[in-house]
Amino acid sequence: MIASESQLQRRQWLSHAMTAGAFLCVLLALVPLVSVLVYIGGEGLRAINLDFFLHLPKPVGEVGGGMANAIVGSLELLALACLFGLPVGILGGVYLSEFGSSKFATAVRFTADVLSGVPSIVVGVFVFTLMVRPMHSFSALAGGVALGILMIPVVMRTTEELMRLVPGSLREAALALGVPRWRTILLVVLANARGGILTGVMLAIARVAGETAPLLFTALGNRFWSFSLKEPISSLPVQIFTYSIAPYDDWHRQAWAGALVLILMVLSLNIAGRLALRRRMEKAR
Amino acid sequence: MNRPETLPGRETAAPAGGGRIEVRGLHAWFGTHQVLHGIDLDFSPRQVTAIIGPSGCGKSTLLRTMNRLHEETPGTRLTGSITLDGEDIHAPGTDAVRLRRDVGMVFQRPNPFPNMSVRDNVLAGFKLNHEKRKDEREILERTLRSAALWDELKDMLHKPGSSLSGGQQQRLCIARALAVEPKVLLMDEPCSALDPVSTNKIEELIFELKKSLTIVIVTHNMQQAARVSDFTAFLMVGKLVEVGATRKIFTSPEQRLTEDYVTGRFG
Amino acid sequence: MIAVSDKPIRAGGRRSRIPPGAFSGPPPPGPSQGKEPAAGGRSRFNADAIFRGITGSFAGFVLLLVAGMATVMTIASMPAIRKFGWHFLVSSTWDPVQDQYGALPFLFGTLLSSFLALLIAVPLSLGIATFLSELAPERPARILGFLVELLAAIPSVIYGLWGIFVMVPMLRNGPQAWLSAHLGFLPIFAGPAYGVGMMAAGLILAIMILPTISAISLEVFRAVPRAQREAALALGATRWETTRMAVLSYARPGILGAVILGLGRALGETMAVTMLIGNRPAISASLLAPGYTMASVIANEFSEATGDLYLSALIEVALVLFGLTVLLNVGARYLVWSTVKRGENRA
Repeated sequence: MIASESQLQRRQWLSHAMTAGAFLCVLLALVPLVSVLVYIGGEGLRAINLDFFLHLPKPVGEVGGGMANAIVGSLELLALACLFGLPVGILGGVYLSEFGSSKFATAVRFTADVLSGVPSIVVGVFVFTLMVRPMHSFSALAGGVALGILMIPVVMRTTEELMRLVPGSLREAALALGVPRWRTILLVVLANARGGILTGVMLAIARVAGETAPLLFTALGNRFWSFSLKEPISSLPVQIFTYSIAPYDDWHRQAWAGALVLILMVLSLNIAGRLALRRRMEKAR
Repeated sequence: MNRPETLPGRETAAPAGGGRIEVRGLHAWFGTHQVLHGIDLDFSPRQVTAIIGPSGCGKSTLLRTMNRLHEETPGTRLTGSITLDGEDIHAPGTDAVRLRRDVGMVFQRPNPFPNMSVRDNVLAGFKLNHEKRKDEREILERTLRSAALWDELKDMLHKPGSSLSGGQQQRLCIARALAVEPKVLLMDEPCSALDPVSTNKIEELIFELKKSLTIVIVTHNMQQAARVSDFTAFLMVGKLVEVGATRKIFTSPEQRLTEDYVTGRFG
Repeated sequence: MIAVSDKPIRAGGRRSRIPPGAFSGPPPPGPSQGKEPAAGGRSRFNADAIFRGITGSFAGFVLLLVAGMATVMTIASMPAIRKFGWHFLVSSTWDPVQDQYGALPFLFGTLLSSFLALLIAVPLSLGIATFLSELAPERPARILGFLVELLAAIPSVIYGLWGIFVMVPMLRNGPQAWLSAHLGFLPIFAGPAYGVGMMAAGLILAIMILPTISAISLEVFRAVPRAQREAALALGATRWETTRMAVLSYARPGILGAVILGLGRALGETMAVTMLIGNRPAISASLLAPGYTMASVIANEFSEATGDLYLSALIEVALVLFGLTVLLNVGARYLVWSTVKRGENRA
């Protein structure tokens, strides 16, 4: 009746084999990560120079030049995105955390989650139809709005989550002192969650900084400096895209350099944000 | 009290003997916090031993060292020894998986596998050890009868385990443990989540099961300990205060602490 | 999309640990208590109500946004919808010169490349989630998990760049050359090894959706009550048997949700696919052949689309993509939410 030793050994062996297999899955997943980082680092370092940060792109066929306008353009687009996306995201998040028990709030939460799953290119098409077509021009403003929309769900849900980490006793203490509810929320709750919300914003910026698809037909691209909101503007991701599919070696070189700059920006924001967020969550627990 | 009538097949299910656990000089730590201090205890076949004590006294930990489930809590460390029929269960070469075949366990809250049917729940452990499936039906009926569940559930063997009442779920978990044919059954406050009627049924069941098993039951309900156990061990802050025949512990304990506890002066 | 998209779900899970409205519930004078102004007097009631109204309208903006997307894109694609009707989805002619538009090749390319991605990413992700939640010690698991999630932070365009210059040459000279030479008689490996094409697109998509699926599966696994694992262990199950019996079976709906979310991400992924799939609007059985996806045809042709019908057809492609991803997301979020919640209620 009692099962044999060999059968037990076989079961243990299977268990060890599955463990090894699962570990192998982790290793396999890390192969592309390491490869991407090594290539971007290696090729990028070889390609990057001071010109890259200081000069405009050279006309087709000429060697040299840089992506100065694309770097500045990207920063400008991100600033616009924050201007548009942060108020909606943060105030919406405040609502969800403080008044979040209604059916309306549940609908908002669910829709925000769904919105974060909408492909970014679709957001680009939406903004094109809404802004570019009526205004008859690709523009920095449209690009900023597109990126802003993509930021909203991320900012909203992190804000909500971080405000909920503020202990209820703090709220009650303020309310008991006769402070009105709205001031309690702004002065006590929001102030306490401020650091956390800032990290949420960092993560949201990291998320949209590398977005290319929604900019293709909103901000478009520009070979020159542009500071008007109504004109097309260059951006790092779009420039990398254009250069990497073009048939010129020097453009490829610059695409690698651009990729290095972009990835340093995105990963440092992402890693710093995630570490800070994790620390905060652990402290609150 | 009306006990369930004789249980068919129980004789064949009874292990040929054995199931004697001896705990010697057992110390246990969670990280730097010591939870057990030099426990010496014997658990004899065909006897029910109750472990009582205030919460946090280490009684659950003691129970979990006996099937090595304490290893699931990271940072746990042991010294001393526990033997099952003379074999050191914590010896380096001993396989926890094989040990748990001989030492079954029932938990505080019923934990049937919710996505499995009643039948699959009962046979879950059995199937791990037996590749031939021909006597499944027989095992199913026998263990469900042993857990006094057969009459209630024989027509709903394909319902999910989570659809039963709390008391039925707990007896299902007992059946699931019995199907592996253990020598020892560890029960960690098995009735704490149940109503009085279900509790009563489980206690009757314990009475039947001890005919063929070593039963160790952790409880913080002293009446329950008095009702079901033959021996009682009283633990406090990780130390064994007193152990002896249940009647003696509850009527004329040797230690003052024990008396205070069983008479409800603290805890 | 760059996927921090799993973040909101995590938020959903954690949220339910706090009873809904824990902080908006009973506290003293508050608008939620409603009808009669509280002791603080009329003005305070108003200030609170205004505050609630303002933040609420910002929150509601999200609803407006999604509804607006559906409406605006539907209106803009009306010319194409009127002209082609259902034919749009089943015709494979995409001819801007003749003004004839059928999106079937793109639909096919999107579905096939996403399916390939799932085929590779799902087993890997489940392996990763199993290892990190059930098998690895806590600290290494945290570090490895962090690294796997880093894959989600790398921008799509960078995967594209890496794909063009590193992955594609490797594919072309290695496995594809071999497949073409030795298994070329099979329709799915027919034709020359270009490097770019369906296989490259599926592979890059697999890399990109892997962190999404594994992060959500991991969360779902961690929501499985400890009591379930202990039940299996106490029956004498090995580590793997415990995972299979207690964890995988319990988490099944959540895993399905994770897979669907991964699929949603794969369907809409644009840049890397555009750079690697070869961009030819043809339906081919061969994985070595180039193809085209909905997202990449929009990316390539949108800014150069002349003529209203052309543009309208492209917007309709976006609308279809929007509809598909919204549907998938609604279903998947529901599955994940319900699994995580069930775990919390029992824990």
